[in-house]
Amino acid sequence: MSPDSRFPEAPAPPANPERTGEADTPRAFPSTGTAGENPPAVPVQDLKKKTRQKPTPFRRMRAAVRLHPDFRVIVDESRCTLCRFCVLQCSWDALDFDGRVVSYDENCVGCWRCFAVCPTYAIRIEPWPTMYRENASWTRFHATNVRKQAATGGKLLTGMGNDKPYPVYFDHLLIDACQVTNPSIDPLREPMELRTYIGTRPDRLDLERYRIEVLERKPAARGERGNGDLRRKMGFGPLLKLETPIMFAGMSYGAISLNVQKAIARAAQEMGTLWNTGEGGMHPDLYPYASSAVVQCASGRFGVDVAYLSRAAAIEIKIGQGAKPGIGGHLPGEKVTAEIARTRMIPTGTDALSPAPHHDIYSIEDLRQLIFALKEATRYEKPVFVKIAAVHNVAAIASGIVRAGADAVVIDGFRGSTGAAPTMIRDHVGIPIELAIAAVDDRLRKEGIRHRASLIASGTIRSSMDVVKAIALGADAVAIGTAALVALGCTLCQQCHRGRCAWGLTTQIPELVRRVDPDEGAELLKNLLSAWSGEIKETLGLLGLNALESLRSNRERLRAVGLEQAALDILGVKPAGR
Amino acid sequence: MYGATGSEGFSEERIPGGCAIFGVMEERGRRFSGSLAAEAIAAMRERSNGLGGGFAGYGIYPDFPHAYALHVMSLSHGAHEDLVRGIKGSFRVLHEEPIPVRHHPAIRDAPVLWRYFVLPPGEGEEDEEEYVARRVVELNSRVEGSLIFSSGPNMGVFKGVGYPEDIAEFYRLDEYRGYLWTAHGRFPTNTPGWWGGAHPFGFLYWSVVHNGEISSFDTNRRYLETFGYRCFQMTDTEVVVYLFDLLHRRHGLPLEIISGILAPPFWSEIEAMEEEERELWMMARQVYGPALLNGPFSVIVGHPRFMVGLADRIMLRPLVAARKGEMVYISSEEAAIRAVEPAPELVWTPEGGEPVVAELLPQAEEEEAVA
Repeated sequence: MSPDSRFPEAPAPPANPERTGEADTPRAFPSTGTAGENPPAVPVQDLKKKTRQKPTPFRRMRAAVRLHPDFRVIVDESRCTLCRFCVLQCSWDALDFDGRVVSYDENCVGCWRCFAVCPTYAIRIEPWPTMYRENASWTRFHATNVRKQAATGGKLLTGMGNDKPYPVYFDHLLIDACQVTNPSIDPLREPMELRTYIGTRPDRLDLERYRIEVLERKPAARGERGNGDLRRKMGFGPLLKLETPIMFAGMSYGAISLNVQKAIARAAQEMGTLWNTGEGGMHPDLYPYASSAVVQCASGRFGVDVAYLSRAAAIEIKIGQGAKPGIGGHLPGEKVTAEIARTRMIPTGTDALSPAPHHDIYSIEDLRQLIFALKEATRYEKPVFVKIAAVHNVAAIASGIVRAGADAVVIDGFRGSTGAAPTMIRDHVGIPIELAIAAVDDRLRKEGIRHRASLIASGTIRSSMDVVKAIALGADAVAIGTAALVALGCTLCQQCHRGRCAWGLTTQIPELVRRVDPDEGAELLKNLLSAWSGEIKETLGLLGLNALESLRSNRERLRAVGLEQAALDILGVKPAGR
Repeated sequence: MYGATGSEGFSEERIPGGCAIFGVMEERGRRFSGSLAAEAIAAMRERSNGLGGGFAGYGIYPDFPHAYALHVMSLSHGAHEDLVRGIKGSFRVLHEEPIPVRHHPAIRDAPVLWRYFVLPPGEGEEDEEEYVARRVVELNSRVEGSLIFSSGPNMGVFKGVGYPEDIAEFYRLDEYRGYLWTAHGRFPTNTPGWWGGAHPFGFLYWSVVHNGEISSFDTNRRYLETFGYRCFQMTDTEVVVYLFDLLHRRHGLPLEIISGILAPPFWSEIEAMEEEERELWMMARQVYGPALLNGPFSVIVGHPRFMVGLADRIMLRPLVAARKGEMVYISSEEAAIRAVEPAPELVWTPEGGEPVVAELLPQAEEEEAVA
């Protein structure tokens, strides 16, 4: 197989005259982006040119802020066929060809793309071997950050979710099973129902009202607007059907590529669940999937107009995000291509700034106004979700949101991912999703308003068992973002904010974007949802349940290992053995 | 707030178990002796293990047809006196007496057993049933070591630790006549030895006998809490009775809808229905999803006007019904029905989720009035 047939779009390997004789020049910095200096967008033709930052002005102090690389790329020359796939595929300038494959290790982000495309397994990536003087308090992470910031004066930026070793409560919860006194159910032989409805419903079925309405309904009026009127009079909001309780989390066109959005949208539609536009508007190519879309209305209001709202399944007011609660967003102008500009309804090349708060929402009554403005605009036919980050007072906030008229509350835990966030905020702000689900479910029940809104949880749902545990703690459904990207190749290198994703996920560079095929991607995502759904059914069966609604908030079927009493109380779960 | 008590002797743990259940009703309201139910449940001795048995009878107190009959058990005379003070503070007591029992060699460690026929103190702003329900719950949670285990008008629960036929002897059930009887033989998988833990479970005029384990217990319990019900006993049966109370008394739903909420049709079945029916069942399941009783169960629910038998929607516990004239029988096993009615006109096994309903005929009340 020739490189051309396998990666036809990849540009030719660059000639690098300027590299010669430069080998011992210290390359001071891996080009980690900073908030002060956004990573430059790389024009297509320049992709393989070196895009190093300018040398720091403190020349004599360069050694003080020099970092050693995180990884090194080792090419086994006895296996290498000199095919140069790896060089063509590396979007980080970490590999070059000079009669043999040479590596610029300080640029390597450990994304495995080279390793994954090497036909002969000639490449391996190792941690950089120089030891760091061990220090339990001054870890390498902290010391490195200090050096970076001393060199640049910028905020530290990163992508993906919190990678610090905070307790993951999901991993401390175990699931019950039937033995003797009740039979488990075989999902291969018996019906097993995962169907979930998202939205507002009344707390009781008013049968008298129903009879009156049905009897009085004139045949002509029937069917015109379906049963919407009847349902509304019975106290129902519009309900959305999910065939599996796993939705896709909001990821905007801009944060991810259009091809990735297409793959996700198609998978969602074919699996009977919902995808989410994020705050980037909806590209016309996605209109066929609009009936399965949750469209975001965030603080920048990008791409929002009545058509956008009306073609969707639901509208989501995004207040916050688990990875960066209380922080806005910034898509630099370099990334605002003509297509993105059209989709976001802003001029090409201008910065797309999402303010930290919505400037028309400074209080809960303002939120209520926006919820009802959106409902008015869509004739009360679309449920309105409100998405918030899990923060300390999440239960009271969620209660306010439900009382303000939201049909669903989306809660994003502090381990949730992002396309770009300040590292310090990603790693230190918010609370774990497990505790947030339990606290919110408890509060809404205590106030007798749990039926008025569905609860959707996100922020590190890593497996079907996280889904089961989230639902047993009280969520109606979950949303996955990182899991979907991993299914499409993401290796969690945390460089999303740099816009050069070698896997073609979080980038707008056409050569890289083309690495994701929307059709094949949709198949991978459908496989993932099917596999997880199968495992959830299996779990319901061993719990002796045959409908997902009987798992919801069924905390008695969970037990905890290794949690302190306070966590047990908040989660409403007994310790294992009791 | 509703809910039974965490009285002394109750365990916070759930006790799963298997059981035998039996129910019989005369639809014209004619009364017959409680020994019929005892004889039937005795035929299913194999299904219980001597750790709990009990009966509920309706129409058994014709002398006080409208008074709420409080059956009370106390672990000590002190605890009993505490409770009596509470009862007298909350109700007008028309009559009080020890529940008559006869010595039985197999029944030991019986608690102090009394009954009180009471009415609410005056014309309250609250309706009577609500008042009684709240006060009974309040007394049960306040008074240690005592339990009001039956509180409906013209009905009563008789239960304890032992085989059901021995419990019937002990409580002299042959001396009572009622038009509806339910019976229970218990096979708990551990041994709390607490009389209050036996079935039937009584709440207001409801009584429930139950075989099975509700795997969705906590979902149902947490749902009921949003309506003010507190499940202290942590028994599956408790959620069944509160769900019936919620759906029937408070939400006013008919029995076929209630059955279709507790053991609902599958979504695929709902989608195959005719339009109007589909819409109704769709809404019922969307609203009452958390009330779905999931897991293996068969129950017989007693109410002054009807008896309902129901099994889970995939029929993981047995339930069989029979009819002869106006006598309707529901049982775990057909053998128990045959033991008391050798020649039923009709015997059938309902499908999972399909209720067996026996209802007091319209003329029954008139007959009762004449009698």
